[in-house]
Amino acid sequence: MTIAQKILAAKSGRRSVEPGEIVDAYPDLVMSHTATWRSVAVMKRVGATKLYDPERLAIVLDHVAPAKSEKNAADHQVCRNFAREYGVRKFYDVDAGIAHLVLMEHGHVAPGDLIVGTDSHCTIYGSLGALGSGIGYTEVTSVWITGKLWMKVPESFRITLDGGFAAGVYAKDLMLDLIGTLGADGCGYKSVEFCGTAIPAMSISERMTMANLAMEMGVKCVFVPPDEKTEEYLRGRLEKPERYRPVLADPDAVYEKSIAVDLSKLEPMVACPHEVENTKPVREVVGTRIDQAFLGSCANAKYEDMVVVSKILKGRRVHPNVRLIITPGSKEILLEATKSGVLQTLLESGGLLTNPGCGACAGDGGVLADGEVCLSTANRNFLGRMGSNKAEIYLSSPATLAASAIQGVISDPREFVAE
Amino acid sequence: MEQTIQGRVFQFGDNVNSDVIIPGRWLIYIDAERLSQHAFEVLGEGYPDKLRSFDILVAGRNFGCGSAREQAVTAIAGLGIKAVVACSFARTFYRNAINGGMPIIECPELYPAVSEGDTIQIDLAAGNILHNAREYRFPQMPDSIRELLEQGGLAAYLKAQIEKQGSG
Repeated sequence: MTIAQKILAAKSGRRSVEPGEIVDAYPDLVMSHTATWRSVAVMKRVGATKLYDPERLAIVLDHVAPAKSEKNAADHQVCRNFAREYGVRKFYDVDAGIAHLVLMEHGHVAPGDLIVGTDSHCTIYGSLGALGSGIGYTEVTSVWITGKLWMKVPESFRITLDGGFAAGVYAKDLMLDLIGTLGADGCGYKSVEFCGTAIPAMSISERMTMANLAMEMGVKCVFVPPDEKTEEYLRGRLEKPERYRPVLADPDAVYEKSIAVDLSKLEPMVACPHEVENTKPVREVVGTRIDQAFLGSCANAKYEDMVVVSKILKGRRVHPNVRLIITPGSKEILLEATKSGVLQTLLESGGLLTNPGCGACAGDGGVLADGEVCLSTANRNFLGRMGSNKAEIYLSSPATLAASAIQGVISDPREFVAE
Repeated sequence: MEQTIQGRVFQFGDNVNSDVIIPGRWLIYIDAERLSQHAFEVLGEGYPDKLRSFDILVAGRNFGCGSAREQAVTAIAGLGIKAVVACSFARTFYRNAINGGMPIIECPELYPAVSEGDTIQIDLAAGNILHNAREYRFPQMPDSIRELLEQGGLAAYLKAQIEKQGSG
């Protein structure tokens, strides 16, 4: 069986399952972010008063946080009161950061887990070998009450990664390349498993970027099979160390499609407006004016991403026509950047720091005016997502972002990154 | 839910994402009427009001991709749209539509044949669409999912289950 088959079999009390089957699965964790108030409203509407298991709930206030209006404030209040009333221990308030990163950092995600939540980028949990998939807020309520949901067992694709990245090329470039080649629905409804000789060298941070961006080619879930790096990351984080039980595919697992990528052949990429699949090599858009550079989101605002940007910015200045907005993915990341001096470098170079969270990625702060262009390390560049529908969003790696912020135009990071 | 849906078609292309269907800044609402006032507004002048005179959306591949926001379905329902027919759907939109009681049909053959303003008739029970005297077939959904749709969606289903438990 594939990893998806094994996890869905285990969570539905079956010995084995086949692609296409519909099973009733019991998730280990149900994540809801600021949307939690909506799930609470549904719970009231359907007349439910009991949770299946409050230990399986995780609530993180990351979107529109802290509150920007009285309406937001009232919505957040609903979330806090609900968590208190129902004894939801895995509750993180507006200071914590982006739900996905917070849950992984705090050891709530283990290999083999089934996790659903009110966010399409739940796929990111696959970076640690867990099956993560997005659902709506009404369905979250349903899982809160019944403990289960129906899931169709997906077919699996295998993407084999060999070789190593050239200097200035990162997991973000790999994913933009793949999304551009395969399309926004190239892996629609599929489970994708990464494998190959390149994986052991990839950091957990880069794996998170891969599993996050995989959503943009339509995956249901995605996996980087757990290895020593996964175990090392989770050591000291998991509440119970015995929760570390990697689920790997059988040698005779069946894959609908196999794709091979030689990482050494890749180059820096961007996604051009207004779809993520609209990708081009950076060299083809070099010189495009930018007004804003956004280092943020669950895709690329991890500590490692901030280090990449600070190394390029060290001793240099952000172009006077560019506002560089830095939104660390989580408080843990912000603390690390504070202690190491990375934050100081970013600020001295002209960066603007905001609180950890989703921020400008979905138009919360850092809003764009008509005709403005933003280069962003996020995962979506959809029309109107960051404000005006007459603004343009390009997506890139943190290194391309840093090089471009200095020059005021989209720039090739290889000029700034030492071999 | 009605088993037969007849009405005028509005046509979209491929990869219509849920940020376009309902921008993130309006997710502070969950009611259909208010959401519908901002549905597709980023597409520019005339939206969303021009959609109100249509009954069925017909789209290309991967309709509803991107964010898992359930309000994409609610906003479309608020416009008075009774069904969405597409070549394919993104999985989050597909689930949210079923949970929201919105009939969604995968029928890639219809897409190239239909034009804006055409009238089509969908028979959910029979699994066919009639357009210009031609019949297009689509596969039936599994029984458990049809049951959800027929009850008007997941919230209505949950409410009925809870009331049954309470009285039992």
